[in-house]
Amino acid sequence: MPVAQLDPLAASIFSFLAIASLLLAFVMLGSRWLNNYLYAFAGESWMIAALSAMVGYYGGFPELYLIALLTALFRGLLLPYLIWRIIKRLDVAREIHEILEPSSTLVAGAASVIFALIVSYHIGESLGVSGNVVVLALTIMLAMKLIGFLMLTARHEALSQILGLLVLENGIFLGAQLLVPGMPTLIEIVILFDLLVVVACFGVLVRYLVAHVGSTSSLDLNRLVG
Amino acid sequence: MPGTLLLILLLAPALAVVACLLVRATRAGEIVNLLASIVVFAAAVALVIASAYGPRHYLADYVVVDMTGAWVILCTGVVYLLASIHSIGYMRLVGEDARLWIFYALFSGFTFTILLSAVMNNAGLYWIAIELTTLVSTFLVGFERGAESIEAAWKYIIIISAGISLALLGTILFYWCGSFVLGPTYQMTWDTLRAAAPKMNPALASLSFLLILVGYGTKVGLAPMHTWLPDAHSESPAPISAMLSGALLNSAMLGIVRYLPVVQGAQNERLARETLVAFGVVSLVVGALFIVRQRGIKRLMAYSSVEHMGVVALGFGFGGPLGVAGALYHMLNHSLNKSLMFFGAGNVMRSYGSKEIRDIRGVWTRFPVAGALWLAGAVGITGAPPFGLFLSELVILRAGFERGYAWSVYATALLLIVIFIGFLNHFRSMYFEADATPNAAAPAISRWCVAPMWLALAPLVVFGLWWPDALWDHFVAAAQALGTAP
Repeated sequence: MPVAQLDPLAASIFSFLAIASLLLAFVMLGSRWLNNYLYAFAGESWMIAALSAMVGYYGGFPELYLIALLTALFRGLLLPYLIWRIIKRLDVAREIHEILEPSSTLVAGAASVIFALIVSYHIGESLGVSGNVVVLALTIMLAMKLIGFLMLTARHEALSQILGLLVLENGIFLGAQLLVPGMPTLIEIVILFDLLVVVACFGVLVRYLVAHVGSTSSLDLNRLVG
Repeated sequence: MPGTLLLILLLAPALAVVACLLVRATRAGEIVNLLASIVVFAAAVALVIASAYGPRHYLADYVVVDMTGAWVILCTGVVYLLASIHSIGYMRLVGEDARLWIFYALFSGFTFTILLSAVMNNAGLYWIAIELTTLVSTFLVGFERGAESIEAAWKYIIIISAGISLALLGTILFYWCGSFVLGPTYQMTWDTLRAAAPKMNPALASLSFLLILVGYGTKVGLAPMHTWLPDAHSESPAPISAMLSGALLNSAMLGIVRYLPVVQGAQNERLARETLVAFGVVSLVVGALFIVRQRGIKRLMAYSSVEHMGVVALGFGFGGPLGVAGALYHMLNHSLNKSLMFFGAGNVMRSYGSKEIRDIRGVWTRFPVAGALWLAGAVGITGAPPFGLFLSELVILRAGFERGYAWSVYATALLLIVIFIGFLNHFRSMYFEADATPNAAAPAISRWCVAPMWLALAPLVVFGLWWPDALWDHFVAAAQALGTAP
């Protein structure tokens, strides 16, 4: 898609959806309740589904409608349902010992967005497309990557780590819709299915953690060192 | 002909999975898995020979058999065969007999995913195959269901998934690089990427490659992304440790190797190679430090894998026919030698009932034959003659001099000496210090557990003394196919 010559309405819709998903990632960073993580993740997935459909419409990629539908179904409904089942099985509703306060995490998240912006700006400049949707997409892709890693490191509940990984994936998927909308549909569908399998595996492992380690906090996973 | 071989190669483990799931019996699982591994090994050898006649593409270009891929398949086939033999004896000692059919189903499934990743011609599908190897092997790592195994499995899947998501980002960015040249929709095969490389934006290509390198590097176990490796390798059953170390790590290295010519075409060769060399040296440093002060016997082997993957990374990083030949040769030798080491460690661990080096004393008296094999393997794994790894390390170091990386050659040589002393010091204490509690109640180690050690050691000695000309030609051709100019 020649993103450089987008009409202004399309560009603003794309930007709105992309920024909204980034904000939802911040909701996850700022909360300590597992339920909020889940809602934010589901919301983010719906934003991405809408974005796919919009890119399909404005960019002329009809196969993206299918991707949008599958994204909404898998990422928006099925994954949150699987995660909800995991939450129900656990007896924790929130992070108890924070490694980093939510407020400090938010600041760190903001810093990572700025870093992502600088990197994307330079890349955009070297491609000669600075200051449009491309730079925004790249920024959000990298920023969500960093936020996902932040969640993985600053949170220790098993579930937060799963959601951290899903944020990593969401960021990539979101960026991919804008940067490479023409990517072969087969690959995108396989990646979607792959995510389902990943979360199913995580569900089984969480059950093992409860049964054999007696805790789902990574702070208690301290037997193997050295 | 290669098509049929490939079909046999992939069908054998796939059918083994189905058979295990249908029959649900442990003894049947053992036999089915062993048969599958024999078939895979035979097909892998034939495939390496067939691959010399140029790359073949199948299934609308989604599948490729090339020399480097076939070589990784051979390493996998070798370890699969050895580990299947070992697991028959070893897994009966674990005391999970009723669930063992699940183990064998997962085991052949794991092999299937590794083999699959080696023949994927599409960068996106390769990523998915690597992801599948993680998902299947997690349950093998946690198979023993102890608190430690589950901890290792959890850390394994979290760290690898996070790492590999970086590789996905790199893959997407590479696709984006290519879309400026090839248009919005194209098949992202290794050949198209390489053809498009000269017109790619160098800055974006470097960023993508670095993401790929860190992503797949996590899976390869390059330091400082290696943190999952000692846990997973030490907590999984011994045959699986051998598979992780000897087969899985190579299959992830293949991804990095396949992207190297692309970034080379995009005028960024120096940056890519230097980063890879730096990761290699850091892996050696981390390996050396943790080997010297190690307390767990299987963790010792695991850090040795970090070290050897560092050496392979150096080989590919240096490049040139010498570097690539050394790295490929090193892969096979490492697969053989590390399998031998993990089998020995597993046997000893079961016999002494402890994973701690300090509890293992007087190996020599308890295992006169298997102990001798294990000690020979220890000498081999530290890179001493007359074993295969000595020869391949020497070639890689020579390549370093030839390609102008003298600093890293000196550092590597020094670190290899440190590792040699540290590693063999542990073996000295295990072999020559008196057994404090000689207990007779230790479970007997069956022939199934010792036979694969013989089978691994024999080719190692042969490869150490004699590097067949045919292999050398094969490696040089592989290096040319990877686009490294002589």
